[in-house]
Amino acid sequence: MTKLTDLTIAEAREGLRAKSFSARELAEAHIDAIDRANDALNAYVLKTPERALEMADASTARLKKGEGGALEGIPLGIKDLFCTKDVRTTACSHILDGFTPTYESTVTANLWAEGAVMLGKLNNDEFAMGSSNETSHYGPVVNPWRRKDSSVKLVPGGSSGGSSAAVAARLCMGATATDTGGSIRQPAAVTGTVGIKPTYGRCSRWGIVAFASSLDQAGPIARSVRDAAILLKVMASSDPKDTTSVDMKVPDYEAAVDRGVKGLTIGIPKEYRVPGMAPEIEKLWQQGVEWLKAAGANVKEVSLAHTKYALPSYYIVAPAEASSNLARYDGVRYGLREKGADVISMYENTRAAGFGAEVKRRILIGTYVLSAGYYDAYYLKAQKVRTLIKQDFDQAFETVDAILTPTTPGPAFALGEKSGDPVEMYLNDIFTVTVNMAGLPGMSIPAGLSSEGTPLGLQLIGCAFDEETLFRAGRVIEEAAGPVFKPQDWWSKR
Amino acid sequence: MSVDRATVRRIAHLARLAITAEEEARLEKELSGILDWVAQLDELDTSNVEPMTRVAAMTMKKREDRITDGFCAGDILKNAPMADDHYFVVPKIVE
Repeated sequence: MTKLTDLTIAEAREGLRAKSFSARELAEAHIDAIDRANDALNAYVLKTPERALEMADASTARLKKGEGGALEGIPLGIKDLFCTKDVRTTACSHILDGFTPTYESTVTANLWAEGAVMLGKLNNDEFAMGSSNETSHYGPVVNPWRRKDSSVKLVPGGSSGGSSAAVAARLCMGATATDTGGSIRQPAAVTGTVGIKPTYGRCSRWGIVAFASSLDQAGPIARSVRDAAILLKVMASSDPKDTTSVDMKVPDYEAAVDRGVKGLTIGIPKEYRVPGMAPEIEKLWQQGVEWLKAAGANVKEVSLAHTKYALPSYYIVAPAEASSNLARYDGVRYGLREKGADVISMYENTRAAGFGAEVKRRILIGTYVLSAGYYDAYYLKAQKVRTLIKQDFDQAFETVDAILTPTTPGPAFALGEKSGDPVEMYLNDIFTVTVNMAGLPGMSIPAGLSSEGTPLGLQLIGCAFDEETLFRAGRVIEEAAGPVFKPQDWWSKR
Repeated sequence: MSVDRATVRRIAHLARLAITAEEEARLEKELSGILDWVAQLDELDTSNVEPMTRVAAMTMKKREDRITDGFCAGDILKNAPMADDHYFVVPKIVE
């Protein structure tokens, strides 16, 4: 029999309903896997086994009565950016030490309402600022994937590195994640998992620790396109508590998964062929084109002329909004407080001790670009560039249904390999960040292995609120790529 | 360098971040590097472009102006580093 932790959500759902195993057994299998793996991978920053078993037993009772929601008994990991009532939530920052919310984020509340089981809180880059999960106050996460014949520790991507590693290593069946510049899709790509950032406004941001409010969106990381569809259906909702959440019915994404791509037109943006692109990435991209063609899609080149300006404008917009959002951490209402001679020095000392280097860097950049005399030159300029980026997409989507690109410029790199130069680290998000700037949905699907034997992903970008096309095309790529995306277990203690 | 040492100090004070002399030196270099890199946006003429303010065309949702939440001072103060009798306690501000 397949190990319980190897099942997909869709398979576990059937097994639970057929009573082949209980929700408690499923939860216990995951709790055991986490206990044996976490010392090596550091994916969880807080384990909640008692809560998991309690929730699992409640699921069993509901299932017994023939009741139960869409995720009844399914054990999930929750990124530490989501506020969870009475369960410590820190955004993996020292400044939120011990913060225990008295409320639940809308996205996680939606999951619990449908019967999902919480295994614990997952590691992430501090305040979701990073592309490698190396900025977490709780230390880096290790990618379950290794290079061929090597035991060098690789990063799991970021900022949702705990989510991607936990899903890839079978430490949960799916995980919540958030994406401001690529933080769902980039970690999914380098761990061989599926990640979708829905359209801005699809998921409520209420109760999610804010990074850059005009860019942040929640979404799932899962092991299959179907599982991602099942999760997103539950996570998405219209929420009066978030004025940017849209009043639109959430479609049945799972129903879209098997619809295929016959008759769809897929765009290939020529500007994504960046100088110095690795030949294996180029090859993978071409492979993706062939797969979609073979499944009946038409493929045509499109132009997204302002692509190269997306990353520099992102590094104005995101830090500007972050500096404003993070002003709330002042040592007064929650988290850390350091002593000071007066109230100002108390603020300054608290923030100096509580924030890590990358967060400070972004707060300072943000403060600079928003300071008197610079607003027009930086923030306003960047918001105008966003309009140009959005117009490129609007034009492309007049003739295509979705766009195919690589997700990342390369496979997972080693811990510490890129921490010297901030700009070099930022370049990891070169293919994903345009999507946030335009507010569109984007999905990463595992598509192949690098020459090092580690996963690579392809990205699909859709029209606003057309996640369904991404699930259709994503499934075609998943099926064509085949089931090769399972890392060899080196991390479990026996 | 687009940012000098004095600017780093001024910005850090605006952001209410205490920084050490060592950090100042590092940040001068890093912030300049980032700002020099974003300066490539100057290549674009955006004089006739509207700034993007929202992703999808929608008007801000409004609701009736009535109290929907509250009477939970205990909850609000629960995570405060220092609180007393439903007040946040801070260092003395007025002598």
